[in-house]
Amino acid sequence: MSEFVRMGGYAAYVWPSFALAAVVLAWNVIAARRLLATARERAQGRAIAGQGAP
Amino acid sequence: MNWAWLHKLASPPHAYRIAGNLVPWFAWPAGVLLVLGLYGGLVLAPPDYLQGDAFRIVYVHAPAAWLSMAAYATMAVAAAIGLVWRIKLAHAAAAAAAPIGASFTVLALATGAIWGKPTWGTWWVWDARLTSELILLFLYAGVMALRGSIDDRDRADRASAVLAIVGVVNLPIIHYSVYWWNTLHQPSTLTKIAKPSMAGDMLWPLLTMMLAFTLFFAVVLLVRLRAEILQRERNASWLRMELAR
Repeated sequence: MSEFVRMGGYAAYVWPSFALAAVVLAWNVIAARRLLATARERAQGRAIAGQGAP
Repeated sequence: MNWAWLHKLASPPHAYRIAGNLVPWFAWPAGVLLVLGLYGGLVLAPPDYLQGDAFRIVYVHAPAAWLSMAAYATMAVAAAIGLVWRIKLAHAAAAAAAPIGASFTVLALATGAIWGKPTWGTWWVWDARLTSELILLFLYAGVMALRGSIDDRDRADRASAVLAIVGVVNLPIIHYSVYWWNTLHQPSTLTKIAKPSMAGDMLWPLLTMMLAFTLFFAVVLLVRLRAEILQRERNASWLRMELAR
């Protein structure tokens, strides 16, 4: 196990790379979901506001 | 030829619903392939005879670099369709693709720098591959900034579409930079699937990760596209029905 973590002496390069990839993937998921939630809220507001209009 | 089906597909209510239905079909395979590719790349693949375990960075670096270009191509094609056929959904797709592509360009540049340190002895050099990839990031930033700076949605769509299309010139430059110029960056490992310069037990995790990243891009694109459709929609009747569900 420790051998795996050490990555043949390249742990300081390998693990930050994979951690960065995890951050970018997570950001994409979170940002997209948040964007959709906000868009839904605003659209809901518009839909209600537009209800009385002809 | 009857294009009615296409117009129906491109109508906001349909596109919104179809995009939502497609998400799980891409998300699950993306997740499974990601786990498989990580296990193959970090555990099963043997260390490289020259680079040792440092070579494993390729399993996030190459898929990120591939996606940085694939997302740009997607954005440019969508922008061109929107510009030529005046399909608003295409402009919405182009707007949705930009931030995803930009984030993977950052990842490609960052992991490349981290990989460069132990293998080349430097984080950064101004060689053709690295510089053209950096220009790609500036193109994404330019397209997004241009869109953000114009209040009128149609004008913003058209202006950013033109910039996105002009920037396509950079894609072949990135790809062929390692052949056209004498770069520090190594040539492509995978240009030809038929004759890749990589052993099988190193290669399959790489292909798996690239497919996983591509499917992941599709998932995020679909979610962002749905948000774009809602932001652009002014017809309250289908919105009320859709949001009530």
